[in-house]
Amino acid sequence: MAVTPLNLKVRAEVPAGEIAADHPELITFERLSLWYGAAQALQDISFGIRERLVTAFIGPSGCGKSTLLRCLNRMNDLIDGVRITGQVRIAGQDIYAPGVDVIELRRRVGMVFQRSNPFPKSIYDNIAYALRLQGIRRKAELDEIVEKSLRSAALWEEVKDRLHASALGLSGGQQQRLCIARAIAVQPDILLMDEPASALDPIATAKIEDLILDLKRDYTIVIVTHNMQQAARISDYTAFFYLGELIEYDTTTRIFTNPARKQTEDYVTGRFG
Amino acid sequence: MNRPINLAARGPFGVGRFEPVSFFCTGLTGAATFLILAILAVILGNIIWHGGAGFSLRFIFGSADRDMFDPARAGVGPMVFGTAARVILMTLFVLPVGVATAIYLTEYARSGALLTRVIRSAVNNLAGVPSIVFGLFGLGFFISAVGGSLDGLLYPGNPKPVWGKPALIWASLTLAVMTLPVVIVATEESLRAIPPGLREASLALGATKLQTILRIVLPQALPGILTGSILAVSRAAGEVAPILFTGAAYYMASLPRALTDQFMDLAYHVFVLSTQAPDVDKSRPILYGTVVVLLGLTFALNVVAILIRTRVRRRLRQLG
Repeated sequence: MAVTPLNLKVRAEVPAGEIAADHPELITFERLSLWYGAAQALQDISFGIRERLVTAFIGPSGCGKSTLLRCLNRMNDLIDGVRITGQVRIAGQDIYAPGVDVIELRRRVGMVFQRSNPFPKSIYDNIAYALRLQGIRRKAELDEIVEKSLRSAALWEEVKDRLHASALGLSGGQQQRLCIARAIAVQPDILLMDEPASALDPIATAKIEDLILDLKRDYTIVIVTHNMQQAARISDYTAFFYLGELIEYDTTTRIFTNPARKQTEDYVTGRFG
Repeated sequence: MNRPINLAARGPFGVGRFEPVSFFCTGLTGAATFLILAILAVILGNIIWHGGAGFSLRFIFGSADRDMFDPARAGVGPMVFGTAARVILMTLFVLPVGVATAIYLTEYARSGALLTRVIRSAVNNLAGVPSIVFGLFGLGFFISAVGGSLDGLLYPGNPKPVWGKPALIWASLTLAVMTLPVVIVATEESLRAIPPGLREASLALGATKLQTILRIVLPQALPGILTGSILAVSRAAGEVAPILFTGAAYYMASLPRALTDQFMDLAYHVFVLSTQAPDVDKSRPILYGTVVVLLGLTFALNVVAILIRTRVRRRLRQLG
C-alpha cells in the first residue's frame, strides 16, 4: 500500500523569541516514571509545557499519553497500585510533594474526558455543582458564572431557554461542550482534554476545536488526541510518545513538517500507529 | 471483488422447516412458567376464598380477645400494629447499616484486598443462615448480652429486667441483621451500575470523595437502595422464627407502648392459630383471615416502597 503524504494544514508558527517571552513554561515534567503494579507505563519523561498555548500529546494506543495527562491532576491516584518517581511541577511547585492539597490542585487543573460525562442533573446544576461545593450559594452569583461559562463554551445560545432541563437531553457534542463549561466554571489555569472529540461527529468536532482555539487565550490546554489532523490544526506544541517514552517534543509545525526522529515521521505520516 | 447482488437470480427463499427441538423447548419453558402461575393462583385463590368469608373491618382493626380462637370475637388489630411496627423499625435499622456497608465495599475498599473478600463472603454466608438461627442469635446477643448489660448499667439492683427480655426493639434488630445481606447486595449492585465517569467528573472538579458519594453517587443509587428495602420488607414481614424468642407475644391486653414492650404479630399469630387452637375446624376462618391480612399488609408496605421508588426514578429522569 502506497503511503499518501498527509495534507496537513499547520498553522503559522509563532517566532521562538515571542513564545519564550509571552508563554513561559508552566508545567515541567522531570524524570517522571510511572508504574501500574509491575508494569512501567511512563519512562523517564522530561519536558516543559508553555502557558496559554495548546500542547498535543500524540502516539499509538498504550503509549502512555493519557496516563501522563492524568498525572497533571493526580487522577492516577484513584487507581490502586500506581507508583510514581520523578517530579511534575506546576508553576514551580511539585504537585506530588507530600502535603499538596489534591482538591485545590484539581480546581486549578480542570479536565474534560473522552466520553462526555455530564451529571444526571439539569444543565444549570451541572455547572453550579462545583461552585456550590466551593461555598458559592448566592443565586445571582451562580447565575452569572453559569451564563459566563456557557458563553465561553459556545453553548449559551443553544441552551439558554432550557437551563433547568436535564443535561442528558443534549446531543453528544453539546454534552461535551457542557463538560468544558463545567470545567472552566471553577476558573482553572490549566485545562486537560483526553480525546475530547473522539466520540463526536465532524461538525461537533469542528465546534470543539474552534472552542479550544478560543479558550487558549485564557487557559493552558493540554490535549490528548488520536487524530493527527486535529493535533496539527489546534496545537502549538506536540509531544510524540511511544511505549511510555517521549520520542520527540517540538513545535507542532516542526513535528509535522520536519521531525528530528524517523519514528515521529513514520507516525505522523501514517506509516505506523 | 464484491459479488453483484441479484437475489432474484438465486431463487425464492423457500419455506421454513418445522424444528421439533425448538418447538419442544419453547413448550417446556412455557409450561414451567404456566406451572408457577398456576401454583400462585391456587395458593392465593385458596386463601382468599376461605379467608374472605369471615372478613370484616372489625376483624382487621378489632382488638384481640382473650379468647382469640372464637371467630365471632376475634380481631387482629394489635397484630397488624405489631407487624407493621417491627417491619418499619427493622427498615430504619437495616437501611443505614446496609447502605453504609455497600458504600464501603464499592467506594472505599480495594476490590482485590483480603479484607474486602472476607467481608463479601461473610455477607453471602449471612444470607444463607436459617432464620431460626437468627432468632437464637437475637436471644443470645441482643436480649441476654446487650439487654442484660443495659439493665446492669441502668437499673442496678432492679430484679425485673427492662431491656433484658423479649421486646419490639430486639425483634426488629434481629430481623435487621437477617435482612442485611439483601440490602447490601442490592445497594452494591446499584452503586456498581453508576458509570465511573460520573465519579471521575466530580473528583476532577475538586470534589472530595465524600462529596462525590453524597451528591453524585447516592442519589443515583436511591432506586436500587429502595429495591433492596422492598426485598427486605417482603422477606421480614412473614418471618416467625427470628421473632419467636425475641419479641412476639402470644397474647397482650394492650398495644406495645415502648420499644421494650413485647408485641403481637400476624405471622406469629398464624403459627399460634394453626398449632394451639383447641378446635382447629372452628377457628379455621380466623386462620385464613389472618393470612389474608398478613399478605395484604406485606403488599401495602411494598406498594408504599414501590411508589417512593417510582417518584425517585421520575425525579432522577426529569430533574429539577
